[in-house]
Amino acid sequence: MNTPIRVLVLAMAVAGLGACATKKTPPPEPSSPPPSQPTQAAPVQEESWTNPALLDSKPCLVSRIAYFDFDQSVVKSEAMEMLKCHGKWLAANPGARISLEGHADERGTREYNLGLGERRGNAVRDLLLANGGRGEQVTVVSYGEERPICTDSDESCWSKNRRGEIVYTAKQ
Amino acid sequence: MSKTASCVLLLLLALIGWTSRASAQGLDIDIVDGREAAIPITIVPFAWEAAAMPDQTQIDQVVRADLNRSGQFRALRREDVVELPVRAPDIKFATWKMLKQDYLVIGRVLGAEGGGYRVEFELHNVLKQQSELALVLPVRPGEFRQVSHQIADLVYEKILGVRGAFFTRIAYITAQRKAEGKYEYAIWIADSDGHNPQRIVWNAEPFLSPAWSPDGRHLAYVSFERVGGHTIYMHELATGSRRLVTSYKGINGAPAFSPDGSKLALTLSKSGNPEIYTLDLASNSLTQLTRHFSIDTEAAWMPGGNSLLFTSDRSGKPQIYSLASVGGTPERITSVGEYNARVTPSYDGRLLAMVQGNRNVYRIAVVDRERGGAGAVRMISPGPLDESPSFAPNASMVLYAAREGNRGVLYAAAVDGSVRQRLALADGDVREPAWGPFRQR
Repeated sequence: MNTPIRVLVLAMAVAGLGACATKKTPPPEPSSPPPSQPTQAAPVQEESWTNPALLDSKPCLVSRIAYFDFDQSVVKSEAMEMLKCHGKWLAANPGARISLEGHADERGTREYNLGLGERRGNAVRDLLLANGGRGEQVTVVSYGEERPICTDSDESCWSKNRRGEIVYTAKQ
Repeated sequence: MSKTASCVLLLLLALIGWTSRASAQGLDIDIVDGREAAIPITIVPFAWEAAAMPDQTQIDQVVRADLNRSGQFRALRREDVVELPVRAPDIKFATWKMLKQDYLVIGRVLGAEGGGYRVEFELHNVLKQQSELALVLPVRPGEFRQVSHQIADLVYEKILGVRGAFFTRIAYITAQRKAEGKYEYAIWIADSDGHNPQRIVWNAEPFLSPAWSPDGRHLAYVSFERVGGHTIYMHELATGSRRLVTSYKGINGAPAFSPDGSKLALTLSKSGNPEIYTLDLASNSLTQLTRHFSIDTEAAWMPGGNSLLFTSDRSGKPQIYSLASVGGTPERITSVGEYNARVTPSYDGRLLAMVQGNRNVYRIAVVDRERGGAGAVRMISPGPLDESPSFAPNASMVLYAAREGNRGVLYAAAVDGSVRQRLALADGDVREPAWGPFRQR
């Protein structure tokens, strides 16, 4: 590096140090928002629990089936959110009516499975009532093993057939 | 040839004969282990001696199939019937003795006054070389299958001392797919061998649990045809008229006529869960027999009508319980098997048929209540999804439903499990057979 350049660099460095030592951050001055970029304000979009379109758009309302284990009528935890939503819908819409269809897989006898289907329907009904539905809004119908969704004789089918199905007979 | 050698040869010939006999019955018959004690009998084709064109029905064929299906007889197949005697003097007993036949049935069809016919038939004892039965039965045109079943019954009764049950009817349900998610359900009545099916009621909603009245004139059944619930109907077969029996909130299921026909046992869940009730058909008064939070269903009357058997899962899994028909404390009667349901007793109450499930295999079990220990329970079907057992009115056979692929089929099995035959029914999904009572000849 030759001498004149070295001097210049030094001078710049000194000037920079001087700036650091002397300059203070000014306190923020009170000012109004820039008039050229106005912020838009709007009310929060609440889901309308009386709008029937919600039944076909909100995932937990679109979902209408609770599945069960073999020979069991205990509602699984995975169905709880769905049942809470439908309970809330029933509470918000006193005119809404649900037919709860209880189903069993093909194993075992038909009449026993009719009982099992009803027990499953009742289990789903009880949770709907616990979440805001009222007794007169929910009717349980057992189909036993007569209405399979899937007709192969294996667990992948049976697990789809052991179900409680929410069917709206009146939405509002 | 030495005596020993000829004996061995005869034995071999007999074995070959038996094997080919078993396989020649066609796809429909399934000889499980061929009863040792099955009685060898020959049914000779009946001669047509009437003026009119012969009826399509081959009487000998129907009689042969009936007797084979019972498991009690081993009828000589048609191809091996080497002589065709029509009347007693035509019979060469030496021939049938050589074929190791114990009995011989011969007969002929003659014209009768007024356009009808009469069938004359004779049962001969080959060993004694004598006639044991010689009867004449009148036949109306179109009823040759019925008279064939009557002949089979008479032969069966003469030889075994037990009334035959071939001239009886069965009821069953079919489900036919019409379109995606659309079915047509129907209840049918047919002859005991599945022939002459007649559809008596049909709907887009399911039917369940057909039950015969003791006189064979009515069927009770469950229908889903009313929106939002189940209904039990009583259906008069001769007229097709229906009486609505119950239509309570919840389950209206599993109807069963009492042995005297005055009551129906049924399952109602109007109290909140399924309980057994009896309904007096004359007064319409209802009596609740069970009070338990479990599923109580599938009631069946014991002969005499003083007690009922039913399915309950009060112990955790479905098992069979017994209960007085006036109510009281139920007593569990099944101990073998993790799942026992849909019990039905034989006419004398000695045998019980039920569905027994272990893991994913459901088979028909027959329990002999007069035997103890391991010999008391016999599995008469292979599974895996067999259901709806019902006894022939003489308890010689059990009719049940099985699943083959994606459809249901019906089987008639000898009560000892030695023989079972798939009934020749129309295609479609067939389920819930119920064997009707004896008919008046």
